[in-house]
Amino acid sequence: MSLLKTALQRGEFAVTAEMAPPKGCDFSEQAAVAELLRGKVQGVNVTDMQSACLKASSLGLCIRLKQAGVEPILQVTGRDRNRMAILADLLSAAAFGIDTMLALTGDHPVVGDCKGAKPVYDLDSVGILEMLRRVEETGLDCGGNALDSKPEFFRGAVVTPVYEPVALQVAKLRRKVDAGAQYIQTQGIFETESLKRFLEAVDQAQIRVPIMAGIIPLKSAGMARYMNENVPGIAVPQDQIDALASAKEAGRKPAEVGVDMAADLIRQIRAENLCPGVHIMAIGAEKNVPIILEKAGIQ
Amino acid sequence: MIITQRKPMEDLFAMLEGVQKVALVGCGNCAAACQTGGENEVREMKALLESKGIEVVGTLVPEECCHKMLVKKELKALRDSGAQAILGMACGDGVQTVADNAEVPVYPANDTLFLGQIERVGIFHEYCRMCGDCVLGETGGICPVTRCAKGLVNGPCGGQKNGKCEVDPENDCAWILIYKRLEKLGQLHKLTGPVPDRDHDRMAHPRHINLRGKKV
Ligand code: SF4
Ligand code: SF4
Repeated sequence: MSLLKTALQRGEFAVTAEMAPPKGCDFSEQAAVAELLRGKVQGVNVTDMQSACLKASSLGLCIRLKQAGVEPILQVTGRDRNRMAILADLLSAAAFGIDTMLALTGDHPVVGDCKGAKPVYDLDSVGILEMLRRVEETGLDCGGNALDSKPEFFRGAVVTPVYEPVALQVAKLRRKVDAGAQYIQTQGIFETESLKRFLEAVDQAQIRVPIMAGIIPLKSAGMARYMNENVPGIAVPQDQIDALASAKEAGRKPAEVGVDMAADLIRQIRAENLCPGVHIMAIGAEKNVPIILEKAGIQ
Repeated sequence: MIITQRKPMEDLFAMLEGVQKVALVGCGNCAAACQTGGENEVREMKALLESKGIEVVGTLVPEECCHKMLVKKELKALRDSGAQAILGMACGDGVQTVADNAEVPVYPANDTLFLGQIERVGIFHEYCRMCGDCVLGETGGICPVTRCAKGLVNGPCGGQKNGKCEVDPENDCAWILIYKRLEKLGQLHKLTGPVPDRDHDRMAHPRHINLRGKKV
């Protein structure tokens, strides 16, 4: 059974970490990072050409991680593949023992690095979840034809807590859960107030699903400002930007300060029992994940 | 309305390479409204081509260029014109309808862009992608298939910022518009509930409709 599912069911504080495949055909760096994460996280969440930038496939790296004994989470977007190709990848993943997935709609090619690519969006995040749930329930494929064997996944989706109007985001979450999402990861959050507000709205809508808080360790004030400007749903508070900007004066590296902030946030989320776990998106600094976890007092 | 835009003149000259005598066929309907194939544009095109030494031996602006019978009848006027090619100044449908009835090559003067609303003279917005399975009843009369850059029918992606679309910040996020409209209509419940299957077999091209009940 999915390691993440088991952890969430047992009420252990679950941790997943995000990892991007290389822009090339050498997985050795990712494999080395995976070694550092072994035993420390319940899943390594492998992105599917995030930001619509061409990379090796999520499935490829997931298989590599699985073979190395590190539990992968297959991210699946609807941007590049129609329902047949998506289901084919999920079946292949299941054949390799991959049992946890995350469905996303996917950034549009025009915001990425192969702008001329055809956007597919045969299915969006809801459609992917719905198809997979039906396949698992019926053993029939996307055309209603019998499969020889059926996959079983722990199915995840994402949500953006900082979103106006929040009711629209909650409605979409409802659809995702109704379509079969069994756990949720949030877009990166940086303080607990907005998270609490969102969780309250979810509670009021009587949506019952484990929601793991997304954590992005900041590396510099510039990165924080850039994300505030350009990444939807990201709102780094000014005092954190200031702390990163003045790190050098205090004789510290900004990235170290970012690691501390991430650890504090995780500690707070856990102490206040806001979320049953966290998803850490270190954006290239995955080697910091074990340090963050240690500082947060996990394991 | 079918929205068209004229191709760059150098593309037209490239297509007409080696042609000395050409006929122009516009369209009195959509292409006229788009200022790509009405009487005025056909007259301007004639002058442009003639300034480059291409003789325009005939011009036609049928009431609508996508009407086979009508176009067939009108094209008779060009039969003895000596045209070595026809420049079709309509949409892709109109150009093909001319080609169906012509013995000489027919070249497109325009790119056919979308099915759009005329907000006012000269301002057009894409409103319908002709998906064959209309969801407007669920979305407050605002088409997510067309006006959401990803064509999402189950609700928004996480990408809007201040109500603008992540794909092109010039565009409103269709789902924010839908939300506001549904709120006004007292139909916010339509944001949840079962999602209809969107099957693409209805979209197998080319599609045909026959209202006559017999083979044509
Ligand atoms: S849903 Fe949109 S694209 Fe489809 S028919 Fe209706 S208006 Fe046209
Ligand atoms: S921002 Fe809005 S309009 Fe743009 S792709 Fe996302 S949901 Fe569609």
